[in-house]
Amino acid sequence: MISADLSVVLPEIALAVYAMVAMLAAVYTSKDKAAPILVWITSALFFALAVWLGVTAGETRTAFGGAIVDDGFARFAKVVILLSAGAVLLMSIEHMRRSRSLLFEFPILITLAVVGMMLMVSAHDLMTLYVALELQSLALYVVAALRRDSLKSTEAGLKYFVLGALSSGLLLYGASLVYGYAGTTLFSGILATIEGGEMPIGLLFGLVFLITGLGFKVSAVPFHMWTPDVYEGAPTPVTAFFATAPKMAAMALFARVMHDAFGAVPGDWGQVVAVLSLLSMALGAVAAIGQRNIKRLMAYSSIAHMGYALMGLAAGTQLGVQAMLIYMAIYVTMSVGTFAFILSMQKDGQPVTDIRSLNMLSASEPLKALAMLVLLFSLAGVPPLVGFFGKFYVVRAAVDAGLVWLAVAGVVASVVGAFYYLRIVFYMYFGEEGDAQLDGSMPAVLWGFLMVSAFAMVAGVVNLFGVEGLALMAAQTLVN
Amino acid sequence: MRGNQRENPVEVLLSDYLPIAIFFGMAIGLGLLLMLSAVVIAVRNPDPEKLSAYECGFNAFDDARMTFDVRFYLVAILFIIFDLEIAFLFPWAVSFGAMGMVGFWSMMVFLAVLTVGFAYEWKKGALEWA
Repeated sequence: MISADLSVVLPEIALAVYAMVAMLAAVYTSKDKAAPILVWITSALFFALAVWLGVTAGETRTAFGGAIVDDGFARFAKVVILLSAGAVLLMSIEHMRRSRSLLFEFPILITLAVVGMMLMVSAHDLMTLYVALELQSLALYVVAALRRDSLKSTEAGLKYFVLGALSSGLLLYGASLVYGYAGTTLFSGILATIEGGEMPIGLLFGLVFLITGLGFKVSAVPFHMWTPDVYEGAPTPVTAFFATAPKMAAMALFARVMHDAFGAVPGDWGQVVAVLSLLSMALGAVAAIGQRNIKRLMAYSSIAHMGYALMGLAAGTQLGVQAMLIYMAIYVTMSVGTFAFILSMQKDGQPVTDIRSLNMLSASEPLKALAMLVLLFSLAGVPPLVGFFGKFYVVRAAVDAGLVWLAVAGVVASVVGAFYYLRIVFYMYFGEEGDAQLDGSMPAVLWGFLMVSAFAMVAGVVNLFGVEGLALMAAQTLVN
Repeated sequence: MRGNQRENPVEVLLSDYLPIAIFFGMAIGLGLLLMLSAVVIAVRNPDPEKLSAYECGFNAFDDARMTFDVRFYLVAILFIIFDLEIAFLFPWAVSFGAMGMVGFWSMMVFLAVLTVGFAYEWKKGALEWA
């Protein structure tokens, strides 16, 4: 009964209770002085929960009348979300302390966002989906505007909020249409309705609106316009967070809705997702070429990467979901390393974001430049680094599903997109000896994450650290 | 219900909503008619005095779009939160008999979460008006 239901969402409850207790404890004691220790405790909790979820893998369980499901797919996504959120939290301490914006609310808001994300990937009902998505989004709007005295940060927060509210509205409109034509909000009920007969045109409209709303959340073209501004304006640790955990959560939610609720008509949503994927890859590859600001560049880069992940989803097969999960896990690992480097970019104690400040980094910081080179090559998908295998899996899934045109477009886009990654490498190794030299020092935590991430991109080519098998098991519970 | 049994249930459902569609049509048509007739028929002889802002016989002192204290918004947001709480409590109280202990404790958890938020903002000084 109710205790069985609650035990399914025990990790989420634990995190939510922790967030509230920590918030009250901090506000009634030393307030912002407690922030660093809270960040450490929060990320330790994230790592512990990730390990716990990883080792207690069991069979699929549902709760609250089927509104929440805890299966292998959800657990895979939750582990990635928790690990990346914990890593980004640890990386943010130094940067936020330097800019004097390390508020104790920051780890708490991140915790609440993570609770929302974990519920998103477990959602098996349109209402759970919406409430979880809003919990995540509201926390993220606030962290985007965390630096209230900065015009750019508040602008980022406001833009994110307005467009996020618009996308939530579209999603809700789609959800209400789906409910109206299927007569239920449960994913299993929607699936049964579709399997039982013809797909009414209203349900198709609802599906398209749902895809639009989810497209905003994964920043797929043409719903990407908020991404560069928010990435640029938000504090860099927050940008690092935006590029990792929420992307995994939104992509997993996307796959969950498509396969669990509309799995009977993969042709209907597959073509829409394929178009989103094509546009994202193309725009991400071309629009980043003109960018000098590395945060904006990473925004377009993440748009392109979402295009590749959507390619796996567009295939509509088990192999496609597996490829998408592998791609997202690799993407998140690469992003953590890259942002560890971006967070350390500063000159005379001030953060810099211009990529020309990296000129001849190889001369002053050979090891850091080498690690960054590996990460950028991996982001570009150059073989034999791990990033290449991510692209290889999604392209193979697309070809298997008969989407040869999409696969070809993806390969072409990755070649075009390689230009702007390689240009940074060019600056680092063959750039002009300019006046814009970066400070050499780097906090140990950032150095550690940069090196581990870069090392993983090389060492992972052996067996991808077993992610392939885990993703296969996760995909099997979603698509069968 | 209109229509016979052989019809598609969705079509039956939609035909039930026909009066609303007609109502919407009427509302939009009538609204447009009233607004457009004002544009077409009304007499207009604008001069600078007629177009300037009128402020109790004086010329306007400054721009009407002045900034005001952000704490007004804070109070408004607080009001909405607790107003919604009450809107949530009423249906709960009405159907309380049918829900049992799970329903009771669900609402207690909800109220506790709200109280945590309230305690936070109180201690944070959001309610101090000086």
